[in-house]
Amino acid sequence: MNLLAHIGRAALALFEEVGRIALFIKDSLVQGLTPTIFFRQILEQILKIGYFSLPVVGLTAFFTGGALALQIYLGSSRFNAESLVASIVALGITRELGPVLAGLMVAGRVGASIAAELGTMRVTEQIDALVTLATNPFKYLVGPRLVAAVVTLPILVGIGDTIGIMGGYIVGTRSLGFNGYAYIKNTADFLEVGDVTSGLIKAAVFGFIIAAMGCYHGFNSKGGAAGVGRATTNAVVSAAILILASNFALTSLLFSE
Amino acid sequence: MTDAHIVLSGVHKSFGAKPVLNGLTLSVPRGHSLVVIGGSGTGKSVMLKCILGILRPEAGSIKVAGEEVTGLRGKARDAYLQHFGMLFQGSALFDSLPVWENVAFGLIQGRNMARGQAREIALEKLGQVGLGEDVAQLYPAELSGGMQKRVGLARAIAADPDVIFFDEPTTGLDPIMADVINNLIVDCVERLGATTISITHDMASARKIADDIAMIHKGEIVWQGPAKKIDRSGNPFVEQFINGRAEGPIHMDVLRP
Repeated sequence: MNLLAHIGRAALALFEEVGRIALFIKDSLVQGLTPTIFFRQILEQILKIGYFSLPVVGLTAFFTGGALALQIYLGSSRFNAESLVASIVALGITRELGPVLAGLMVAGRVGASIAAELGTMRVTEQIDALVTLATNPFKYLVGPRLVAAVVTLPILVGIGDTIGIMGGYIVGTRSLGFNGYAYIKNTADFLEVGDVTSGLIKAAVFGFIIAAMGCYHGFNSKGGAAGVGRATTNAVVSAAILILASNFALTSLLFSE
Repeated sequence: MTDAHIVLSGVHKSFGAKPVLNGLTLSVPRGHSLVVIGGSGTGKSVMLKCILGILRPEAGSIKVAGEEVTGLRGKARDAYLQHFGMLFQGSALFDSLPVWENVAFGLIQGRNMARGQAREIALEKLGQVGLGEDVAQLYPAELSGGMQKRVGLARAIAADPDVIFFDEPTTGLDPIMADVINNLIVDCVERLGATTISITHDMASARKIADDIAMIHKGEIVWQGPAKKIDRSGNPFVEQFINGRAEGPIHMDVLRP
């Protein structure tokens, strides 16, 4: 009986949380993305979310591309299929690893930062102060972060894809003995526009998830420093899980025959 | 008959199963300074947040200048809030903005005033609270607690509001700085002719800034009268509170060994 009660309570808590997130996202879209638009805030967030995430996304992509080239070479050499290395690196990076790893890295860097910033603003009454200054917090805080994340994540992933393929190229030509020209030709011949755009669509969705989770948990944090810490952890964990789950759903949707 | 500017009638607000405002009824005449005293957790801040629309009461009426304000949304709410200024307990300054932008925030974001013009007004208001141009470029983290309160006061009066709320304006300040803040509040309110509600535990502050004093206990007003009659209220709650006695009708939930 106790076990059933526990399961019931957990299920109710889960539904309650999902409902709260859905209402928050509704308010974010209805209030945060309608005039008045705070362009200065959007530009500031594009700089914070996009530009300052470039090093971490670039490094992740570079090493992932290199490791992928090594792994595919070792695996494909069992079947004498080494010539597939360049094309599989390109497909793997653009379709899956580029957007997912960039999403996870940005979730860690930006999702945590958004939740901590908004959480601190909540517990120090700065969000209430915004309201008393006739400024809607959804328009001033949430909207610009959502727009900036949705716009910059695809750009970050596009740059990350290029760096990742370059990582594969360097490993392929320097360590595995591939001809540089042949490697690039193989990459270009096999890579289709759809491979890249599917990754960019995923990136936009991941950007929305990261900003929405950071804002939701920050906005609803309570209980001082410990509450802000919890909000930060929850923002990163929930964004990471949602990125992986939505990646599966988007892959099924975008690549269904 | 005095013109009632703010009227609360039978306001109820609960958090979960815990009632905080329990049919609160209160009236503040236009241009008067009301100080609300009462123990921690009796509903003082919740009352202010209900008037501002940050919290929504479950029942009761809140009228400001004769208009019902519970349930205001969108642009109507933003227009309503332009009549208010508020000094928060912890000042609630935006730590990402310099002092002058904090003061000018409501003018720039809430009223779309040009930044140059808003800066001039901010400097004038900072001057009124005894802070010079040298402070205007600093960030809130670089200021002492007393200076932060003064910046908070300058922000509260920046748009020449009709109504100003002061949430524990002297908490955490030394007695001299507390008196400086009290004098500034009295000066600013006299200059603007605003209606004010202040929340405080500090009886010296209450005596200095109040025309009227109201005592709140368990979400209800248990006494309201002129400040000069507070020592002869004949109300056991008020007498216990202003004399700081542990014995009386107000019981603190303290675990005894």
